[in-house]
Amino acid sequence: MIETPVGSFTSEELMLSGHNACPGCGAALVVRYLVKEVGQKALIVIPASCWSIISGVVPLRCLETTVLHCPFPAAAAVGAGLKKGLYALGDKKTQVIVLAGDGGTFDIGLQGLSGAAERNEDILFICYDNEAYMNTGMQKSSATPYGSLSTTTPAPRIKSNPKKDILKIIASHRIPYAATATIAFPEDMGYKFRRAMEIEGFRFLHILTPCPQGWGSPVEKTVELSRSAVLTGIFPLLEVENGRSYTLNYVPDNFIPVQEYLKPQKRFSFLKEEDLQVVENEIASTWEELLLQAERNKAASES
Amino acid sequence: MEHKLLNGNQAAALAVKLARVQIVCAYPITPQTSLVENIAEMWSRGQFPGEYVSVESEYSALSYLIGAGYAGARTFTATSCQGLAYMHELLHWSAGARLPMVMVNVNRTMGAPWSLETDQLDSLSQRDTGWMQFYCADVQEIIDTVLFAFCLVEEAKIPCMVSYDGFILSHTYEAVKLPTQEQVDAFLPLPPGEPLVAPSRPETIQPVCDWKVMSRAVQSRHREMSALFPFIREMGKRFQQIFERPFSPLEAVDLHEAETVIVAAGAVSQTVKSVLPFLNQNGSRKGLLRLFLFRPLPQQEIAGMLSAAGIKKVVVIDRNLSSGTGGIFAQELRALLQKSSFGGRVYELNLAGGVDLTKEMLARGLAKIENGADAGEEEIIWGVDL
Repeated sequence: MIETPVGSFTSEELMLSGHNACPGCGAALVVRYLVKEVGQKALIVIPASCWSIISGVVPLRCLETTVLHCPFPAAAAVGAGLKKGLYALGDKKTQVIVLAGDGGTFDIGLQGLSGAAERNEDILFICYDNEAYMNTGMQKSSATPYGSLSTTTPAPRIKSNPKKDILKIIASHRIPYAATATIAFPEDMGYKFRRAMEIEGFRFLHILTPCPQGWGSPVEKTVELSRSAVLTGIFPLLEVENGRSYTLNYVPDNFIPVQEYLKPQKRFSFLKEEDLQVVENEIASTWEELLLQAERNKAASES
Repeated sequence: MEHKLLNGNQAAALAVKLARVQIVCAYPITPQTSLVENIAEMWSRGQFPGEYVSVESEYSALSYLIGAGYAGARTFTATSCQGLAYMHELLHWSAGARLPMVMVNVNRTMGAPWSLETDQLDSLSQRDTGWMQFYCADVQEIIDTVLFAFCLVEEAKIPCMVSYDGFILSHTYEAVKLPTQEQVDAFLPLPPGEPLVAPSRPETIQPVCDWKVMSRAVQSRHREMSALFPFIREMGKRFQQIFERPFSPLEAVDLHEAETVIVAAGAVSQTVKSVLPFLNQNGSRKGLLRLFLFRPLPQQEIAGMLSAAGIKKVVVIDRNLSSGTGGIFAQELRALLQKSSFGGRVYELNLAGGVDLTKEMLARGLAKIENGADAGEEEIIWGVDL
């Protein structure tokens, strides 16, 4: 059960058909929902990523709002400068959203992202995370999970380090709002878009977006994989306010077996039995920490 | 107009204030630091009309200006050596995006090893990024050039870098004429402040394009930058009217009847200018051609001046070095003189790495050339050996 307030989306589409996303693209779904929610209230800044291509090649475009492309590591600062410039010239209303992939967030964009978060720039930074450099054919990023293949971590020397905990890193800047979401729970995601748009200051959304091309999963399984990422406990849905106050949006009594998430994906085909134990242990310790944190917050608010 | 004793960094900061810059975003680096500190100080006390943002790197500073530029704001940043190199890809991007912005670069050696001496290789390494470039010769010119640069970038929609020598100009005090706010407002009215983008006007800015779009874009950047000279002359006249000082992309001293012309850029040109009477005391005829605006390069004007009948030798003083070829200004001079009737020879006097040129060193260097002795196999007269 997802414990976030439920809303609904407009039937109007600001993302047009004929875009350049691959079949079954999770990142395309995120933006479809995003533009439904924010409409034409925001400028969208996109660094090098899948969305550099999905948004359209001259003279085509698929979004009925304005998109600014920028260099790979620059997005947070470009977005912050855009917002500050608009503000300086008297436009206090137009919002700025940065839409970056995991490369532009976890790796090459991290310094600028940290800088913008520390300055509490008034922008919404959304990371759509497909867990590798998918636009260029699945090279490893620091969002690539333990045990995954990639073209730069080919078998048998598959990725041996865990995925970076980006939400914790960014929330630790004591920003007003940070949250995770994924496309299988669109109401929860829509609620977080709305919430983020209402808050002033730096806001961060980390959204898991399955990628059939890279993950080696059937195109029709994108939403199912997004769901099982949550149900296995691999991708917790949560919100963090001011870097300290945790809200867990989904706390199951029992997680479903990790194999339900891992097995349909060819990128995990080299995982051995003992590797599964590593994945399970990681989930257990992550949740132990999260539950403790949420309990502390609850106790603090009650006292 | 007020007379003030200012160093180069203070002068630049005051020019930025007078220009009513709306967004300043920078990261401190020696020897630029006091420029940023001066702006921060004014901003903190409510004496600076715009916004000042201190970011975590030069990379973010220029990225920030790209964003603010799309919002329609007048923008400024400043840096030096490694910081400028760190901005590199964004120099290309901002020029390609045709955003008007002004940057001060305080010339300093590129490491390794670490050094704080002045050297122009930092800005010359950015020669091909599509930014305009000025090399200032004194503190007054820093104020004048920062103001002029804003006028130029807003006309051309091409960014501009104003460089001056680290410490020699950034930290040396000179008496300067500080323009009044009324004078600056008359010369440099604020841009309309219209954002270049709005969510209600759906468009995609700088999307992936094909070779035809790209080729036309780079061609028009080149053509438009090269065609700025009439505008620069016109605004130079206006500058003279308002500030009662000339503003010209080139400066020629004693070129008439010169046999040898020394070509230099930056503060070292002032050294040359002041020692010309000493160099010419025995009846020799030497002149100075000072490169001030380097991009766009006033090629025809330079070629015309250096093609004068009596000129036999051109001696280029470079505070920079492109290893494997030589000084960059010397190469540029050779290339443009190919297209002229200049029949003499171009010599190089190289100060790369921070050599400080004295009048005696210059005299010794020129004597080597006068005596007909080749500079050696490399054909470079090294300042460090003089």
